[in-house]
Amino acid sequence: MNISTDPWVWIASILSLAILSFLYKENPFFRAAEHIFLGVANGYLVTFYWHRILMPILFRPLFQQGDLLLIIPFIIGMLYLTRFIPRISWLVRIPIAIYMGYWTGVLIPATIQAKIIKQVQGTILTAPNFQSWNAGTMGIVWSVTVFIGVLCTLSYFYFSREHKGVIGVTSRVGIVFVMIGFGAAFGYTVMARISLLIGKLQYLLGDWLGIIR
Amino acid sequence: MKKRIPLILIFVAGLLGVISFVIPHPSYQVYDEWMRNDLLRVLSAFAVVLALGSLLRVHFDKIRRKRRNWQYSWLLLVAFGGSAIIGLFGGVAADGILPTTVRSFSFDIQTLYENIVIPLASSMFALLAFFMASAAYRAFRVRSTEATLLLTAAFIVMIGVLPLGYSISKHLPAFVQWILNVPNVAAQRGIVLGIALGVVATSLKIILGIERAWLGGGE
Repeated sequence: MNISTDPWVWIASILSLAILSFLYKENPFFRAAEHIFLGVANGYLVTFYWHRILMPILFRPLFQQGDLLLIIPFIIGMLYLTRFIPRISWLVRIPIAIYMGYWTGVLIPATIQAKIIKQVQGTILTAPNFQSWNAGTMGIVWSVTVFIGVLCTLSYFYFSREHKGVIGVTSRVGIVFVMIGFGAAFGYTVMARISLLIGKLQYLLGDWLGIIR
Repeated sequence: MKKRIPLILIFVAGLLGVISFVIPHPSYQVYDEWMRNDLLRVLSAFAVVLALGSLLRVHFDKIRRKRRNWQYSWLLLVAFGGSAIIGLFGGVAADGILPTTVRSFSFDIQTLYENIVIPLASSMFALLAFFMASAAYRAFRVRSTEATLLLTAAFIVMIGVLPLGYSISKHLPAFVQWILNVPNVAAQRGIVLGIALGVVATSLKIILGIERAWLGGGE
């Protein structure tokens, strides 16, 4: 056994054990570790935004290099803080409107291009799509399966008509595809969490206690 | 005025955002870069100030009113204050005015991040492995066709990606790949298309002022 002498390893290990103690039940150790985590994470956030954004992009160019155009983001940004002054708190809507409006605008064509047109291109039955499987004639079968699966999945999420008749049949097929998809995603997520747990145990038993190598 | 000005602004900003995609002219691209890299990034930084202000207010209020578990709020405030002071004055790479090393013990913000935030975040996510296993067991007890399909697919994927899968059957990894490439892609693509249509519709509603929840309450 070769116990670590690094104080940071001890801190990280004890806090990790406090978090894992939640498996027994919620307890004061877990709550303490949870609050410390939130505090330090937010402290890091402040540091990051100050040293990586506010200083190099705003304050240094504006106050040291005299880039007066930056007075605009400075004033609009300061309007966020009016939220704490009840009489003029409505002014907080101005930076929110600019930020949300611009990104929402950018999102519309980007979503149409990447998430609608490209996905439809990959789904429709064309010769390049059949060949993309590199599976010979089976490529046609897999492409048709994906095509039917997408249509049936969409019909399952179509709630403007009652799921009877043709839509009833397609939505039943759709739920089969959806459940297999969710199952695959679930399996992958569980494996990711298990690998994190293995990493955590390796840290506690290896780096901290030195029981395993 | 308190609602009309923000609604006009969101419409104009939204329109400028859409236009940035369809005008590849260099002069417009320069403006677009300024918007994204300067204005919007600075606004996001100020939004963080607002968010932290709210967080601190909630916890100070909890302490003042001695609400349930108020003692832990002190821990949060001390941890936040300590790490913020270390980070702001000590610098990101321990290059600030505050010394962040005592003999061989260093406590700069990057060290705090690597030894507190990362281990705690990974512990939280590792915890989820147990809760997901418990959720899977509960779903299995439902015994519906859908739950059985979900768990069967999950089980096959979990076994198939391990070396164990190959030792059970050499065809199992290929079958797992087929599940991921064919039925999984069909389902995910259907869901992605549905989400994308929803995103476009909601974005249009926000820009056109039909969706106004973001304005909040009050006048």
